[in-house]
Amino acid sequence: MIGGLFIYNHKGEVLISRVYRDDIGRNAVDAFRVNVIHARQQVRSPVTNIARTSFFHVKRSNIWLAAVTKQNVNAAMVFEFLYKMCDVMTAYFGKISEENIKNNFVLIYELLDEILDFGYPQNSETGALKTFITQTGIKSQSKEEQSQITSQVTGQIGWRREGIKYRRNELFLDVLESVNLLMSPQGQVLSAHVSGRVVMKSYLSGMPECKFGMNDKIVIDKQGKGGASEEAAAGKSDLGGSGGGGGKQSIAIDDCTFHQCVRLSKFDAERSISFIPPDGECELMRYRTTKDIILPFRVIPLVREVGRTKLEVKVVIKSNFKPSLLAQKIEVRIPTPLNTSGVQVICMKGKAKYKASENAIVWKIKRMAGMKESQISAEIELLPTNDKKKWARPPISMNFEVPFAPSGLKVRYLKVFEPKLNYSDHDVIKWVRYIGRSGIYETRC
Amino acid sequence: MTDSKYFTTTKKGEIFELKAELNSDKKEKKKEAVKKVIASMTVGKDVSALFPDVVNCMQTDNLELKKLVYLYLMNYAKSQPDMAIMAVNTFVKDCEDPNPLIRALAVRTMGCIRVDKITEYLCEPLRKCLKDEDPYVRKTAAVCVAKLHDINAQLVEDQGFLDTLKDLISDSNPMVVANAVAALSEIAESHPNSNLLDLNPQSINKLLTALNECTEWGQIFILDCLANYTPRDDRESQSICERVTPRLSHANSAVVLSAVKVLMKFMEMLPKDLDYYGTLLKKLAPPLVTLLSAEPELQYVALRNINLIVQKRPEILKHEMKVFFVKYNDPIYVKLEKLDIMIRLASQANIAQVLAELKEYATEVDVDFVRKAVRAIGRCAIKVEQSAERCVSTLLDLIQTKVNYVVQEAIVVIKDIFRKYPNKYESVIATLCENLDSLDEPEARAAMIWIVGEYAERIDNADELLESFLEGFHDESTQVQLQLLTAIVKLFLKKPTETQELVQQVLSLATQDSDNPDLRDRGYIYWRLLSTDPVAAKEVVLAEKPLISEETDLIEPTLLEELICHIGTLASVYHKPPSAFVEGSRGVMHKRLPARTGSGEGTECPDVGNAAGGSAPEAAPSIIPSQGDLLGDLLNLDLAPPTTTGPTPSTSGMQMGGMDLLGGGLESLVGTLGGDIGGSPAMGAGFGAAPAVMPASLNAPVGGGLGDLFDLGGGVGMPMGAYIPPKTVWLPAMKAKGLEISGTFARRAGVIQMELVLTNKAMSVMTDFAIQFNRNSFGLAPAGPLQVLTPLGPNQTIEVSLPLSTVGPVMKMDPLNNLQVAVKNNIDVFYFSCQYPISMLFVEDGKMERQVFLATWKDIPNDNESQFQIQDCHLNSEAASNKLQGSNIFTIAKRTVEGQDMLYMSIKLSNGIWVLAELKVQAGNPNYTISLKCRAPEVSQCVFQCYEAVLKN
Repeated sequence: MIGGLFIYNHKGEVLISRVYRDDIGRNAVDAFRVNVIHARQQVRSPVTNIARTSFFHVKRSNIWLAAVTKQNVNAAMVFEFLYKMCDVMTAYFGKISEENIKNNFVLIYELLDEILDFGYPQNSETGALKTFITQTGIKSQSKEEQSQITSQVTGQIGWRREGIKYRRNELFLDVLESVNLLMSPQGQVLSAHVSGRVVMKSYLSGMPECKFGMNDKIVIDKQGKGGASEEAAAGKSDLGGSGGGGGKQSIAIDDCTFHQCVRLSKFDAERSISFIPPDGECELMRYRTTKDIILPFRVIPLVREVGRTKLEVKVVIKSNFKPSLLAQKIEVRIPTPLNTSGVQVICMKGKAKYKASENAIVWKIKRMAGMKESQISAEIELLPTNDKKKWARPPISMNFEVPFAPSGLKVRYLKVFEPKLNYSDHDVIKWVRYIGRSGIYETRC
Repeated sequence: MTDSKYFTTTKKGEIFELKAELNSDKKEKKKEAVKKVIASMTVGKDVSALFPDVVNCMQTDNLELKKLVYLYLMNYAKSQPDMAIMAVNTFVKDCEDPNPLIRALAVRTMGCIRVDKITEYLCEPLRKCLKDEDPYVRKTAAVCVAKLHDINAQLVEDQGFLDTLKDLISDSNPMVVANAVAALSEIAESHPNSNLLDLNPQSINKLLTALNECTEWGQIFILDCLANYTPRDDRESQSICERVTPRLSHANSAVVLSAVKVLMKFMEMLPKDLDYYGTLLKKLAPPLVTLLSAEPELQYVALRNINLIVQKRPEILKHEMKVFFVKYNDPIYVKLEKLDIMIRLASQANIAQVLAELKEYATEVDVDFVRKAVRAIGRCAIKVEQSAERCVSTLLDLIQTKVNYVVQEAIVVIKDIFRKYPNKYESVIATLCENLDSLDEPEARAAMIWIVGEYAERIDNADELLESFLEGFHDESTQVQLQLLTAIVKLFLKKPTETQELVQQVLSLATQDSDNPDLRDRGYIYWRLLSTDPVAAKEVVLAEKPLISEETDLIEPTLLEELICHIGTLASVYHKPPSAFVEGSRGVMHKRLPARTGSGEGTECPDVGNAAGGSAPEAAPSIIPSQGDLLGDLLNLDLAPPTTTGPTPSTSGMQMGGMDLLGGGLESLVGTLGGDIGGSPAMGAGFGAAPAVMPASLNAPVGGGLGDLFDLGGGVGMPMGAYIPPKTVWLPAMKAKGLEISGTFARRAGVIQMELVLTNKAMSVMTDFAIQFNRNSFGLAPAGPLQVLTPLGPNQTIEVSLPLSTVGPVMKMDPLNNLQVAVKNNIDVFYFSCQYPISMLFVEDGKMERQVFLATWKDIPNDNESQFQIQDCHLNSEAASNKLQGSNIFTIAKRTVEGQDMLYMSIKLSNGIWVLAELKVQAGNPNYTISLKCRAPEVSQCVFQCYEAVLKN
């Protein structure tokens, strides 16, 4: 198991050092600094073995977190733990920076004592931790409160405490998708996938039992055979989203993973998603689709080398969704060779600039409706060089935000039951929002 | 809330100030002081001098302060054990506190204080906490047992904590169960044989129930523990798989990977024709792909594991090629791993896509990545024949870029393509030759030279090209020198008239001016070949080469099986067994995949399956060690050909114009060589017996061929050579402070020898080796000292052969052939025991007179007769008899009754015991029956084992 955990600043100075196992000595702290932080070359692996000691590290801005062990630990678990550790720290004191860590070092030690015991990760849900690691002492708690804390930390529903009350029961669902594309210069899709997240913010009283439904192909097909009782329920609900791509009934989900509150065995058996949500915000599910993706933009590049000192670039972008919808924050990044001496740009819409420090022409458009087209052309002057190596022509990348889910996912319902309290599904105010963003959206040129 | 100020105080006299503040009456000031102490401790300053003052602050009702003091205690208690005792009282008191959080804190901290006296006081509070009413305290206490075990294992056993811990597996609270499982698994690892976890269907059921309810971390502990279980049959295996599959949808990648591990392992037991088997295969792909959208570090772990999974079960991900395409922003470690997997998944169906990708990658910036991409193109060509042409033209395009390292890498892979498709792409040679000057890496130079030598007849100026390399012969690396030597010899054999001078030049450079023994020996071998029989030389040097196989860099099957059992862990990231990087007793256990017990294939008994490590997977492709090892086959080639050259100096050199020139210088050389090697009659036989067909794959280490040669040379006078068991590891490095001993026993020319391989895996030099045996059944004792004359440096290996006598003290051992050995060096004395094949004790004069045999057979009472079966032996009686004779088991008579051969044999042991045997061999039946008769029937079992070993090897 994890033998020790160190946090360093960018210079390699130790900010936090907690050793859990006897086989990890103080010299391990220095070994990592010398061999990884101060190493000359770029980091070649997130796992480093130095003198039979293994170091796992992640970096957040310029802070290094390193877990150390001498055993054959579960490597995936160690990284998951390090990420979790970052989440917990962020939840407590915001951004992970040298200053914040120094300011909160006592708190961090206290957290490390709680969430890692002898190197074994323990309950690390911020919701639960915040009930008893407060930096203000817990003497004031009554006996009931204490046992409530311990039963929550160790209990089946470790992520939610009992007795939550809201005057207004409300929940927000965000379907956040990032659409990834790699396209050949000829417009052939080399790979495309959507990775999506359903983020839920809930302000619900008591211990509400929730059931979430979407237009999952497997469920819809099953219902098509088995009667439409659920369909009726879905029709009543006001959650039908405003899709951008038209009338797709259902989508094929390649794979999905769920927050630990979701009952996985139930999903496996019936493909229904039921859970008691944590209070506040949580990422309910992540999913991935590869079929029938609506690609919001198409990029058509044209690069011509005119002699040895000049390049002509023309890029056309086409928006491909309902004309009534508006895409925002559009940015096209056209890489230029390292020996560029000057660039002239003409664009029909938005603003374009050559950024020498980034070796790219950046073209920004604030808004663009569906089914439109826009174009940029540029002349790039090059300095003659002796360098034999050809310019690598990195792909043209694109950023944007659209108000629909490129995967075609729609929320059909989210039902809330709280048998003990007197509010029903109808009393809950529900909001759904779809946002599609570009992930790595590249076209080779 | 600005605690950062504590990091900045660095002035002198600080300790005194802190001391004063710690003893202050004001609570706030005390707390501030303790914080300063902790900050100093963090940055590495020694503040242990403040121990008593800090411990004095422990008695407080301020929990924050208490935790800080505890933190200090954990750090320094070991250096101040006497004073740490002062804290015990507070701990014991805290364990009784009404607040469960404080009880847990006390027991948690106490377990981290590694001071013997404190652990004694820990037992009572721990016992109470294990049975505490509050689950939070119980789950903390469960981990504490593991802590205590790490400090004092005996104490934990004596106090009965292990049983209490086992009870906690049935606890009502899932988190308690998970921690108990984690603690037990850890303790069990250091007691490999104690059936501590006692996994049985009932306890497995409990674990599976808890799996649905506990935290993500708990699920990982439980799944990792489940992976150690071996289900009884395929039904149980399937039902566990069914309950584990829902975990594949968990958001935590570690849960997913651990579930994959359990499934991959238990799947082994499912019959392949089962519907569920197919369903499971399909279910595995999507979660593995999803892992690739995790953070880069986790992607790396996932990719290393996918690399294993793809090798074990390629069908799972065969349609998922696209997800492994490299993204521009991927960190380099992710890029390299993806590339590896792309090649493994490349097939005829997707090759066009893959090639287009690889071509893109070859223009990237990172040198390592580009090299690997170029190499990958070559591997595709070899793997998918249909794509070879396209690959070659892609490589030529890349060569045109003139980027130095791309060109070199391309040439290396083109050489491999030539090996796979001889005489197909020679048109590109001209292009390659243009780039001769830009090659500065040995591997690329060697590859180019090989190409020139191999196709010398089609390259007009081959001699000029090779000559140009010859100028700086001594500055080249060995790899290039060896290659150049071979290439010039090839050239000479193809164009003898023009290149005489060249070949002489290279031979004299190699034999006279070089210090490298490999180079010299190869030079001599060529020289002698050329001078004795040029026709034979041509046959040898220009022999048709075996094609190289398609899969490269595969992990060896047994290691792969072990690594599959370690999915998700560091071992799977390093692709090394845990024993390679874990110190001490942990992780020594080699994990294995369970054997298939499905109804259709149930003939294999499970024991056999286990012993063979799951045996080799179906149609395991042979392995090329690495790209650069082409030399390996050249050496093999030199050793294996069917020549029976005698030591006669050649007179047949007339066929070639240059022979008189060579011959003169060779006379003396051949003479000495003949004396050294050819002098032994076994040598000729050795060559004669060597396989006439080239080994089909290159995976035999080069040394193997040489080893065989020497074995044959040593076994003078033996028709077949005695059976020598393969070397096994007797003393693993971790048990002997870095000294690894492996070895075997052999009988050579009537002398019993213990052949040892000593490897120093420690960091320091080892000297002063000595060896001693305990008394044993046959009085074996070292006949001389252990000959390790030079100190053994780190990572060095030495082979020693120790002659043994049989006149030592005798004591009957169990088993009979057990030998206990002590080896001493400058570090310590180490003990191990090993078993020797009793055939080492069979003496050469063991052939009994026929009459005596008959009389003795009758004389020995029938009670002393034992019968054994030898299964699966496909030798005929003649061959069997010959083979046995090599190990001094002599056939005295043979009788054939109704198609059944009865062989009568005798054996004499070194202590004078006679063993008589009757071996029944029936033509066409692979099962032999053997009856052994001996006055000392104890030895029969051992003798039988020898029969089996000899006949099957």
